[in-house]
Amino acid sequence: MSWMHRHLLDVDALSRPEMELLLDQAVHMEDLLDRPIKKVPALRGKLVVNLFFEPSTRTRVSFELAEKFLGADVVNWAASGSSTSKGETLRDTAWTLEAMGADAVVVRHGMPGVPWYLREKLRKASVFNAGDGAHAHPTQALLDVYTVWKHCNRSLDGLRVAIVGDVLHSRVVRSDVQAFRLLGAEVVLAGPRTLMPLETDALGAVYEPDPVKAVEGADAVYLLRIQKERALEGLYPTDDEYHRRWGADEELMARAKKGAFVMHPGPINRGVEIASAVADGPNSLILDQVRSGVAVRMALLYLCMGGMEA
Amino acid sequence: MTWQEKARVQTAQEMDRSLRRMAHEIVERNKGLDGVVLVGIQRRGVPLAERIAKLLEKFEGMLPPQGKLDITLYRDDLSLRYPQPLLRGTDVPFDLSGRKVVLVDDVLYTGRTVRAALDALMDLGRPASVQLAVLVDRGHRELPIHADYVGKNLPTSHAEVVEVRVAEIDGADEIWICEKVEEQA
Repeated sequence: MSWMHRHLLDVDALSRPEMELLLDQAVHMEDLLDRPIKKVPALRGKLVVNLFFEPSTRTRVSFELAEKFLGADVVNWAASGSSTSKGETLRDTAWTLEAMGADAVVVRHGMPGVPWYLREKLRKASVFNAGDGAHAHPTQALLDVYTVWKHCNRSLDGLRVAIVGDVLHSRVVRSDVQAFRLLGAEVVLAGPRTLMPLETDALGAVYEPDPVKAVEGADAVYLLRIQKERALEGLYPTDDEYHRRWGADEELMARAKKGAFVMHPGPINRGVEIASAVADGPNSLILDQVRSGVAVRMALLYLCMGGMEA
Repeated sequence: MTWQEKARVQTAQEMDRSLRRMAHEIVERNKGLDGVVLVGIQRRGVPLAERIAKLLEKFEGMLPPQGKLDITLYRDDLSLRYPQPLLRGTDVPFDLSGRKVVLVDDVLYTGRTVRAALDALMDLGRPASVQLAVLVDRGHRELPIHADYVGKNLPTSHAEVVEVRVAEIDGADEIWICEKVEEQA
């Protein structure tokens, strides 16, 4: 078994053995994070451009750390203040990056499909999707499954994962459902009907309107971030009411399996989708997810950025 | 293209004798085992380091600490390879500072693996010294590196490979010289 991908646009490009290989390599990368010297020369001489058209702190910093720990040269290209605001097209930006010698482009964009477009326009650089619209966020999904996988003796078979919150606007949830299901877990979605897409079945997950039933017997409860501007759009009444009905507090968590993991992609809204007692509780994997993100992205960059085909 | 066995260079008994002699030389050179640690290079250096450690325990009455070193991320040919070689993991569960490290590998050839191993070691700590033990030295060095303990010097050509097989991984202890053969159509 070897890794033949040069890009990662979404998790549906990966087979189960490929995903397991990536997770296994991430374990070795995570070992590096405990060392006084975390930097290795594996990507020495490679140039990675982090091309972020939307603000992002943790995903960008996580990619940047992964790139730096592997010894790559890193350029952060933020859309605000760049040539994009002067009217440069995406195609011209892509060609500019290539002319600068980029070996890889990590892209975050509000428009779904942008990473696919970039891969088409770039001749040799690897493309990594760091989130496109409400479409996909494959590295978040990989770090999420990795975090549970390593805590569950490297197997997700038969696990029940409840994802609660704003599924409609979430790029995380689409990739996460695919990744968890690929590894044999069952996924239940919960949240207000107004924040739920019409065709949840198409994702391969069950929609359970009652949050208590959704978390019943769950091995992991994954809370999605509630963007407060959604209340202004009338999609839910108030933060307090959201919290009472859908928020993960100790009472809701008591319905899940004993010791069920608590997860969140961050940044968290305390008192809205999650209570502080749960976010900071003994079963919370939220900070472990952050650490896992660096390891998983190191494994991905390493595997995708080798030499050219002979 | 496949590799075909050409000649067996060592049997299990001969390999064991080589390892015993190397273990004695390690004790002699270091005037005992004070501060000596063994670090096997993934993959076959690891079981070889464990065997030498057990022999040292038998001879000197103390088991030196052992670690595993994965040099993959330090290779100098990563940008030439596709697909990428996979990681097997580094596990050196003790502080290297001030220790006398004996690096153990199965075959010494171009010296590039050992160069990578030295860089990998130095990122883990600052040993007092590093010595190199290999079961086979087959020549053709491309870097100024030499072994301190050698099981067998084996003149070879570039067209050959030396295969060290160990019971822990391959089911038997043997050393073979193999050569390339064109596949029959």
